[in-house]
Amino acid sequence: MSVLDIKALDVRFANTDGEVAAVSSLSLSVEKGECLGIVGESGSGKSQTFLAAMGLLAPNGRTSGEVMFGDTNLLTADEKTLNDLRGDKLAMIFQDPMTSLTPHMKIGRQLTEVLVRHRGLSATFARDRAIAMLRRVQIPEPERRFNMYPFELSGGLRQRVMIAMALLCGPELIIADEPTTALDVTVQAQILDLIRKAKEELETAVILITHDLGVVAGLADRVGVMYAGRLVELGDVRQIFKAPRHPYTKGLLACTPRLDDATGGTMPTIPGQPPNLQNLPAGCAYHPRCPFIMDRCRVERPPLRPTPTGSLSACFLEGSPS
Amino acid sequence: MTAPLLQVRDLKVHFSVRGQGLFAAPQTLKAVDGVSFNLASGETLGIVGESGCGKSTLGRAVLQLLPATAGSVAWLGEELTALDKATLKARRQDLQIVFQDPLASLDPRMTAGNIIAEPLRNFHSDLSALERKARVKEMMDQVGLLPTMINRYPHEFSGGQCQRIGIARAMILNPKLVVCDEPVSALDVSIRAQIINLLMDLQSRLNLSMLFISHDLSVVRHVSRRVMVLYLGKVMELADRDSLYAAPHHPYTKALISAVPIPDPDTERAKPRVVVNDDLPSPLNPPSGCVFRTRCPKATGICAKVTPILEPAGPGHDVACHHWRD
Repeated sequence: MSVLDIKALDVRFANTDGEVAAVSSLSLSVEKGECLGIVGESGSGKSQTFLAAMGLLAPNGRTSGEVMFGDTNLLTADEKTLNDLRGDKLAMIFQDPMTSLTPHMKIGRQLTEVLVRHRGLSATFARDRAIAMLRRVQIPEPERRFNMYPFELSGGLRQRVMIAMALLCGPELIIADEPTTALDVTVQAQILDLIRKAKEELETAVILITHDLGVVAGLADRVGVMYAGRLVELGDVRQIFKAPRHPYTKGLLACTPRLDDATGGTMPTIPGQPPNLQNLPAGCAYHPRCPFIMDRCRVERPPLRPTPTGSLSACFLEGSPS
Repeated sequence: MTAPLLQVRDLKVHFSVRGQGLFAAPQTLKAVDGVSFNLASGETLGIVGESGCGKSTLGRAVLQLLPATAGSVAWLGEELTALDKATLKARRQDLQIVFQDPLASLDPRMTAGNIIAEPLRNFHSDLSALERKARVKEMMDQVGLLPTMINRYPHEFSGGQCQRIGIARAMILNPKLVVCDEPVSALDVSIRAQIINLLMDLQSRLNLSMLFISHDLSVVRHVSRRVMVLYLGKVMELADRDSLYAAPHHPYTKALISAVPIPDPDTERAKPRVVVNDDLPSPLNPPSGCVFRTRCPKATGICAKVTPILEPAGPGHDVACHHWRD
């Protein structure tokens, strides 16, 4: 059984000009011990999908569809049910560890809070568990850090504290939203190792949201590619990187500079810009930038359907002889 | 090889920082500490390093946007640090900069046309309004902006388009040197390649020299001819692009290169990793001897005592490490 199962999720935001669809009819699932990478550019809906799943949307956000976590539909669950799940079975790691830790609370108090709230541990027990977890995420001198405030730690250490906090209750699912974007590459590599260990040793399911294809290549088992609020391709990580089906995935891979590429010269590009969600093109949202555009792409929206490689792709090129 | 356009020798930029505590003595932060390099006409030098290593400070000190504490910056043989204000202003025609945050570096109350025309107004006040407008439109066309957008304001443009405006403003005076300070870091992947191509295209057309500052080693490999690796204000390695990426000598460069994720699942999962521990030490209190030794897998006793100097390790390849031969 899947850890998380999303069916036909829509996320809309009301604004002065009406409504903006941030996520449209998105369906996917994550299995135990699996890492699902979600890639896309800013505004593609990758963060909003999972904020909606966690019940953390902005007040003007509306959802429809179903997000099943075990037997609970997270979209319709009341606040108490969500509070019991979040921080316990469901954990989230955000991009900026400075703004996601409470600035006026010591690290130790923030860590033990989840254990006291969810496990009913006494303060001393919780302290021992928290320090053991800080050691496990390789924070040097954990006893000393326990009594420090977030501003006294570097960005890398703060992100480790976030991971320790996420792991404390042994969650079934960790949602990591750009967990290493704010960090330097050497620190990024260490943080990704920690997430990999959690996935392998504790069989935690991980959803890794990022714009960095390299990060996904190293960690994910399956990859979903989002464009303009929709999933355009979903498949095994090797299929996505070696034999991408959707023209957007192909374009994204081609225009990413690679460290191991010495050719130089003019880079392949995707022409134009990501669309404005307020004013989406008709038909396939990618058609104005697509090199393979056909007449029907301008009027009809291609559904996500199976391809010969086993991936799903939302493109009319599938099924027609290419 | 052409004579160097820019010659930087032992450049130091130190800042005085308030000490910890009410009556503590001020401390010195050595943001750039003894950097030397040459830049030839039409050449791109990539400058890489982690945040806080002094990349941006170096770029700004070269352009005299920050005062140098010591050392020399010679531009076509003329010492820039010794120039008076008026002469320096005249030299600025040749020295331009492109910033990281495309929206923040544009005045929100000026139209795109006025932003791009501002350098012309400063340096070519003899141009008539009509001539100026023609030059601006021509420049907009060169950077891939529709000349019909001349009267729009920055908020009406996307991030990529704002960066094009910033590039047009830097290029309109036909400068000889452009410092690009993380010009593509704030952009989406699909836009990043467009801007990289634009910069490389303008460079070859105008025979520009560039200092390309970035934390992204993949982008730097793509655009640079030579690459400088900075760590806590000091040069660790300075080498021709291919030599640096194919055979890095410095343990820090090796660690940096091995930490960059490669968008290929098989390569990425199979590659060996050079692990460096801990975080960057505080630049207020850098380690003695070699500044990298606290995180270096090869550090020995000598590293704490003697500061390694940048020495040739091969043709066009300099490295500052006691143990690069090991």
